[in-house]
Amino acid sequence: MKKNNDLKSWLYLLPAILFLGAFMVYPLIDVMIYSVEEGYNSASQSYYDVGLYNFSYVLHDPYFLQALKNTFILVIITVPLSTTIALLISLGLTSIKKLKHLFQTIYFLPYVTNTLAVGLVFMILFKKTAYTDGLVNVLINLFGGESVDFIDGPYWAKMFVLCFYTIWIVLPFKILILTSALASVNETLYKAARIDGTSKAGIFFKITLPMISPMIFYLVITGFIGAFKAYSDSVALFGTDLNAAGMNTIVGYVYDMLYGDSGGYPSYASAAALILFAIVLTITVINLMISRKNVHY
Amino acid sequence: MKIVLENLTKRFPNRNKKGGEDVIAVDNFNFEIPDGKLIGLLGPSGCGKSTALNLISGLETPTEGKIFFDDEDMTDVPAEKRGVGLVFQSYALYPHLTVMHNITFPLENLRGSKKMTRHEMEEKAYEVAKLVQIDHLMERKPNELSGGQQQRVAIARALVKIPKVLLLDEPLSNLDARLRLQTREEIRRIQRETGITTVFVTHDQEEAMSISDMIVVMKDGVIQQIDRPQAVYDDPKNLFVAKFLGTPAINVFVGSVKKGTLYIGDDEVMKVKGCGDRKVYVGVRPEGFIIDENGGLRCKLNGVEVMGRDTSILSAHYAHEGEIIRSIVASEDAAHIADDGPAGANETADEPGQNKNGKAAEIRFSLRPKKTFIFDRETEERIPFETA
Repeated sequence: MKKNNDLKSWLYLLPAILFLGAFMVYPLIDVMIYSVEEGYNSASQSYYDVGLYNFSYVLHDPYFLQALKNTFILVIITVPLSTTIALLISLGLTSIKKLKHLFQTIYFLPYVTNTLAVGLVFMILFKKTAYTDGLVNVLINLFGGESVDFIDGPYWAKMFVLCFYTIWIVLPFKILILTSALASVNETLYKAARIDGTSKAGIFFKITLPMISPMIFYLVITGFIGAFKAYSDSVALFGTDLNAAGMNTIVGYVYDMLYGDSGGYPSYASAAALILFAIVLTITVINLMISRKNVHY
Repeated sequence: MKIVLENLTKRFPNRNKKGGEDVIAVDNFNFEIPDGKLIGLLGPSGCGKSTALNLISGLETPTEGKIFFDDEDMTDVPAEKRGVGLVFQSYALYPHLTVMHNITFPLENLRGSKKMTRHEMEEKAYEVAKLVQIDHLMERKPNELSGGQQQRVAIARALVKIPKVLLLDEPLSNLDARLRLQTREEIRRIQRETGITTVFVTHDQEEAMSISDMIVVMKDGVIQQIDRPQAVYDDPKNLFVAKFLGTPAINVFVGSVKKGTLYIGDDEVMKVKGCGDRKVYVGVRPEGFIIDENGGLRCKLNGVEVMGRDTSILSAHYAHEGEIIRSIVASEDAAHIADDGPAGANETADEPGQNKNGKAAEIRFSLRPKKTFIFDRETEERIPFETA
């Protein structure tokens, strides 16, 4: 009877196991195998040796280091900033009474627009060409500043646009999550806090923030992971040759190693992907450890 | 701290888009709550008693009128500065904080000379926790407590800063019957021990009767009567108050006064003085009936419920407003009915109104004047009378 049941349960699980195995586990293992095959040739499917040379190559590749730096700057700037801005906007949206739904809709609109289309709009806003300065530069000039080419110009200007764009793109979802989190906080807790003599700021830090902390934590975790995996944003702004623009990201580097003009190196790509995996895992574990203390479920 | 309410009114705008009148939740309140007393705000749900409480707490601002604590005008003082303690119906404990933290929370907000160290706060918290007997639960989170324990934490939190006024918004309605009884006695004890002026909102008349020094009966935002609990019961101002207080409820009959005689239907029940001819409602408390072979009120006997010391007689009368007249008499007086009554003592109302011969049985009552109230049919106001 028991054996029979065991067999049955495995039979029920079979479709899922097959599917996950073929499309999740096998590729994962394959990436690991690729990453240790030295001098792999995709045409002949042969390699010289097994070892960690691929990792060493990637870690010494200036393009990878550039991509690593870009990604880290992007993560460190956009995750805290976008979460904070989203929280402020959500607080505003929650406290207004008139036209609340209209504003909520407006703030959510960017979420349903196409990333590449928005990137194009940003490019036009920020780009400086021989014929036109772009709207942003016109504004800068208006306040007496010098024109800056944000798309082909100095590194900091390009990074600024990338961060600006990334924050703009991720805001709507965060606002959506945080407004619903704020709405779910029990109204009588605020009343109780007022009766207890708590100031507005006190209520926010002692009641509101702890009550929505699980949602903030969720946004921070997914924000980190999302930012580490950024690629399309950069492409939308700076085109496909990101190494030349100096604006590549880790995922962009992986892509280039596979399919780019300098591509055809699945081993390097796999090594880079695993390095990214290690970074994301580390950050997530750190996040989880911090959250134990500060997140109240 | 005495609380004075002067012409206190709260109107809420009508949300119905077609327009309509504002909702008046609290209509022109004028009364004074003496220092150190426990006041019960009593009324059916939706009568504005919680709004009245919120006005005193400062969570709502009055449309008109003023609120004084002693001689200090509190009308425009925000809730966070009034120094009141409020226990919510849902307790509203902070779920992310321990019991200890919940109780010290109001103390953390004290500023200036009143500011306390963490140690002082915890000492205070232990003091009140002992008072409400939860000092062994200090490290728990609210969701690890039972309803009664949460309720005590809420009281402790309201008491810890030694409020000038303690406000309780239906604090017992989420507790089971036994716990409710126990907790209400405890609230009474704590209030006596601390001497804090307390306002207690409830829709349960028994609760209000048992613990209040004074009862304020409300209906549709209007105060019906303010008096000591027993006085409200013995001397109701109008039909609403009479109906609202007392279990079992008062029995209301349609009647009239003609030439100094009170009639219920066509039954001549009592000679009354000082009450002109008019159509009236007659209210008789369950304990106001006397079984009397020559009594004026002739009812159809429906059944008898013996409950030890008392016997409850169920009967019907065509002029009665409800289905069943419930009268309570001492069991010894009702022994003969219980024995040869139509439905028997233990098989109540199986065949209502039939005695052993298959005939409808009649029971006759005379009424106790002190337990009988006459109300004008139009205004429903009480009409005082003397027995002739």
